[in-house]
Amino acid sequence: MQQAIALPGGSARFCAEVEEISGQDVRRCYQCGKCTAGCPLAFTMDLAPNQVMRMVQLGMENEVLNSQAVWLCAYCLTCTVRCPRQISVGDVMDGLRILARQKGILGSGRGRRVALFNESFLASVKRLGRLYEFGAMLLYNLKSGRLFQNADVGLKMFLRGKLKLGTTRVKKIAEMRNIFKQRLPAVRQEREGVRR
Amino acid sequence: MHRIGVFVCWCGSNIGGVVDVPRVVREVAKLPGVVYSTDYKYMCSEPGQGMIIRAIREHRLDRVVVASCSPRLHEDTFRKAVLLGGLNPYLLEMANIREHCSWVHQNDPEKASEKAVAIIRRAVAKAARLEPLVQKRIPVTRRVLVVGGGIAGIQAALDIAEAGYDVVLAEKQPTIGGKMVLLDKTFPTLDCSACISTPKMVSVARHPNVLLLTCAEVEEIRGFVGNFNVTVRLKAISVDYDKCTGCGTCWEKCPTKVPNEFDLGMSYRKAIYLPFAQAMPNKPVIDREHCRFFTQGKCRVCEKVCPAQAINYADQDKFVTLQVGAVLLATGYELFDWASVYGEYGYGRYPDVITGLHFERMVNAGGPTGGKIVRPSDGTEPKTVVFVQCVGSRDEAKGKEYCSRVCCMYTAKQAHQVLEKIPGAEVYVFYIDVRCAGKGYEEFYLRALHEGAQYIRGRVSKIYPEEKKLIVKGADTLLGRPVEVAADLVVLATAMIPSQDAAKVARVAGISADRDGFFLEAHPKLRPVETNTAGIFLAGTCQGPKDIPDTVAHAGAAAAKICTLLARPEMTIEPVAAEVNQKLCTGCLLCRDVCPYRAVEAKEIEEKKNGVLQRRVVAEVNSGLCQGCGACAAGCRSGAIDLKGFTNEQLAAEVAALCGW
Amino acid sequence: MKIAYFPGCCYETSAREYDVSTRAVCRHLGIELVEPPDWNCCGSTPAHSTDRLLALAMAARNLAQVEEMGLAEVTASCALCYQRLALTQAELAENGELLAEVNRLTGRPYRATVKVRPVLDIIAGLGEEEFRSRVVRPLNGFKIAAYYGCLLVRPSKTKVDDPENPQMMDRVLRLAGAETVDWTHKTECCGASLAISNEEVVVRMVARIIKAAALAGADCIATACAMCHFNLDIRQEKVSRLLGKKYSLPVFYFTQLLGLAMGLNPKEVCVHTHFVDARPLVKKII
Repeated sequence: MQQAIALPGGSARFCAEVEEISGQDVRRCYQCGKCTAGCPLAFTMDLAPNQVMRMVQLGMENEVLNSQAVWLCAYCLTCTVRCPRQISVGDVMDGLRILARQKGILGSGRGRRVALFNESFLASVKRLGRLYEFGAMLLYNLKSGRLFQNADVGLKMFLRGKLKLGTTRVKKIAEMRNIFKQRLPAVRQEREGVRR
Repeated sequence: MHRIGVFVCWCGSNIGGVVDVPRVVREVAKLPGVVYSTDYKYMCSEPGQGMIIRAIREHRLDRVVVASCSPRLHEDTFRKAVLLGGLNPYLLEMANIREHCSWVHQNDPEKASEKAVAIIRRAVAKAARLEPLVQKRIPVTRRVLVVGGGIAGIQAALDIAEAGYDVVLAEKQPTIGGKMVLLDKTFPTLDCSACISTPKMVSVARHPNVLLLTCAEVEEIRGFVGNFNVTVRLKAISVDYDKCTGCGTCWEKCPTKVPNEFDLGMSYRKAIYLPFAQAMPNKPVIDREHCRFFTQGKCRVCEKVCPAQAINYADQDKFVTLQVGAVLLATGYELFDWASVYGEYGYGRYPDVITGLHFERMVNAGGPTGGKIVRPSDGTEPKTVVFVQCVGSRDEAKGKEYCSRVCCMYTAKQAHQVLEKIPGAEVYVFYIDVRCAGKGYEEFYLRALHEGAQYIRGRVSKIYPEEKKLIVKGADTLLGRPVEVAADLVVLATAMIPSQDAAKVARVAGISADRDGFFLEAHPKLRPVETNTAGIFLAGTCQGPKDIPDTVAHAGAAAAKICTLLARPEMTIEPVAAEVNQKLCTGCLLCRDVCPYRAVEAKEIEEKKNGVLQRRVVAEVNSGLCQGCGACAAGCRSGAIDLKGFTNEQLAAEVAALCGW
Repeated sequence: MKIAYFPGCCYETSAREYDVSTRAVCRHLGIELVEPPDWNCCGSTPAHSTDRLLALAMAARNLAQVEEMGLAEVTASCALCYQRLALTQAELAENGELLAEVNRLTGRPYRATVKVRPVLDIIAGLGEEEFRSRVVRPLNGFKIAAYYGCLLVRPSKTKVDDPENPQMMDRVLRLAGAETVDWTHKTECCGASLAISNEEVVVRMVARIIKAAALAGADCIATACAMCHFNLDIRQEKVSRLLGKKYSLPVFYFTQLLGLAMGLNPKEVCVHTHFVDARPLVKKII
């Protein structure tokens, strides 16, 4: 059995924080569950989307930000276009990922893998201005500690000429680096983490 | 100088808990003209009113200010008290220190008290300028037009006719009966809808005081309370009802088949048809859009076979004008068109996704399947039936924000019927909340649960066919998990919306509708069957979603209000009406354009100018129609219009007093 | 017609067929595509999941280049790139403060004037007659399940067609002589953004889509998204293993199919590099 939810638990503050960053009126949610019903990823989530919404309303910050669900959301926006209360649940999930990232939380299990992939992707883009698929995949394998995952996919791609080993870089890479420098001190942190 | 008395009410703690009433009483005593001021816990109560009556006599007051709640609530109460005190009732002015003050400033009692004084200062300034007004008496035509022949219109027409007044019942369809007669059994008592509504249809059609007009649409309503002039269009039906015996030979022989709208297209009728066997009047009409004679110029089969020679192809729309004293609108509801917006449920492409009304027709012994529940796609009996609630209701994104009130109960009833009629059936009901506020309703819902209906708390996100089944993707929000049901039949509980013609009817009757198109009652609690236009009343679902018991109660209430109006040969009307000073009026008639009640008319007058007799146009206000809204007075460019009880001078004095000038 | 073209990072690799066929079809239709000179990654899902301004700035740097080129419109073949560019454009156009902030980050003064359209919308916008006159090799005998995915039809700010039952791609494919099936999973998410991190999850998502297309009687799938294409094409062996039934539905970009119908050589539209061999089906019309 789970522990009782201790209230008041600062619900107003966390809910307001999520509303601010997502631009969504989370308090309007009346828990009809249509987001969960239509979510193509609900089957693999630890919290259903409607439970995430409810927990945000109740200010259960730790449980929400540490969930795998917020990372497993693919931002497909099926929930968003069907929500009868006109809340973009997808953007709430996006906001929660941003908040988790700001607080250095990467979650666990399948969710953590998504967070690590995002970091690998951005590291590649930060370096070159464009995505270098092969590099990003390798970095992700290193970060997630599963060196040979997706090797079959990589091999298939290679055989069809769909995996490039050389890189292409944006010409004015300084412009890109400037954007990253101003917005993403966090990415640096994670790369240090990898070296360690 | 006037002798003004000020009476400040505590309204229990509503005002007294915030505003420092004794302080307010002390301060307003100093206002010019105030010779007496006092306070009491409940000024509207018997002892409170007694204080006012006694004070008027003892202190020789000639103007009274009551500082309490909104005049919408108790102006009438205090006017009566002032009258009992021996003054003209219009020498009362109210200061609203509850809604306008204590309720909205609970967190700042100091400022609230200051504001209360300012509000009363305004009222005192106006009171000093009040003039006595006299109510007028106008004659009343003791006949009623009821628009709409569903259960609301039928019930009200019967009640009014029984009271001895004449009723004209106008229905746009070829039969009365409305939606109720289409239904099968009704919750929570499971009595047969047709068995309880068809006898009423017959009674109303045969009632000596009722004139029944079908295929009838109201085109124009002019005049005012007690004295309306109504024009009704009688659409050409091509059958002479004086001759027709309703024998049925014509529709047996008619060669043209048309999907029957009374069975929602699930059966066929002919081009000359009776909508259903118990239709009232029990005589056919010709549907010109489909009749072979009207579309192709030949046929005339019905004419040939009619033994009464009642067919008249030359029939034309007719207009009748009627004098009535009151109009009752009972135009009913329609179902929300889910198929045009719910793409996730298939946009109406899957035949086995139906609405609750389709289900009613199907389960009805008089319906297209003779009472058998079947899948429209292949006619087989469904084993797994899914009900989806709130389709279009509580859905501001695709439908309506409001709850349609009846769907929870009829879904429970339909779930019960599936379980009763189909042995071994599986029934799933997807819901957000089950709302069963009514006598015997919760008990009925529990009964459906115990009979085996599986209720799942969550909206359905998608319905799609997979081989012969419909996959219903929902959620169980109580468990936080998605749910999938492979169903044979899906029944959607679609929202109730106002009838298609509602907007036109509102325009013709000169009344307002709310943002969803339901007609607006004069007060949500205290005047639920009246509109803001005197003499126009509402009954049933045209005012908002209702079930049958509530509709019948609403209709009965409307009938009682109308009988009250008609009980006397004359009626008094409010003297708060606009008045035109013809000398100042330039005849621009802007007032006529801005008047929401069509109370202003142009009038030609003769006057002598420089000794010559000249004609010119001025505005004139019909005080029977005028509701005292003041739009004309505000709009008048030459300052020729004053609203009695709200004159320009009075308003200016109020503003000056409020601003402390 | 001259229009800026944003190829997207995968244009030489996983989405090569899309880039090649888009360029070939547009050339054939007289649409001149011009690449912004120094385009960068649109930011994709990782950027907007990490920082809102980072995502906006990355997309805006590309849009600014289109404005600098003096062009009014930009198209992207990849639907994800399209959505990022279009959402950025929509947000910047309605919020001047945000625009100023983003311009400060990119160092390129963007005025938010560029219209963003997916390739599908541009091609579907051509006149019906014009279109018919180009079709020299009708796609007779093709039964296609047009798959739209998420990014072209959601959210409502950037959608180009109905999110529940879109028709745009069906219409152009029918004009090209093909039959398209009415099916149930046109806009279900295939999970492509989780493909690297959680393949086992994504295989289950792809399986639903492949199964529904096959049930509807389709013999191939058409897509308008680089992510969807790659995901549906490469995972069919794993789907077959999961469902215990062999599935091998060729997955085309709609531009490849149009190219074939307009008489282009199969190699010109790159039908030989798919993971599910598309050549036997193509032989039907050649």
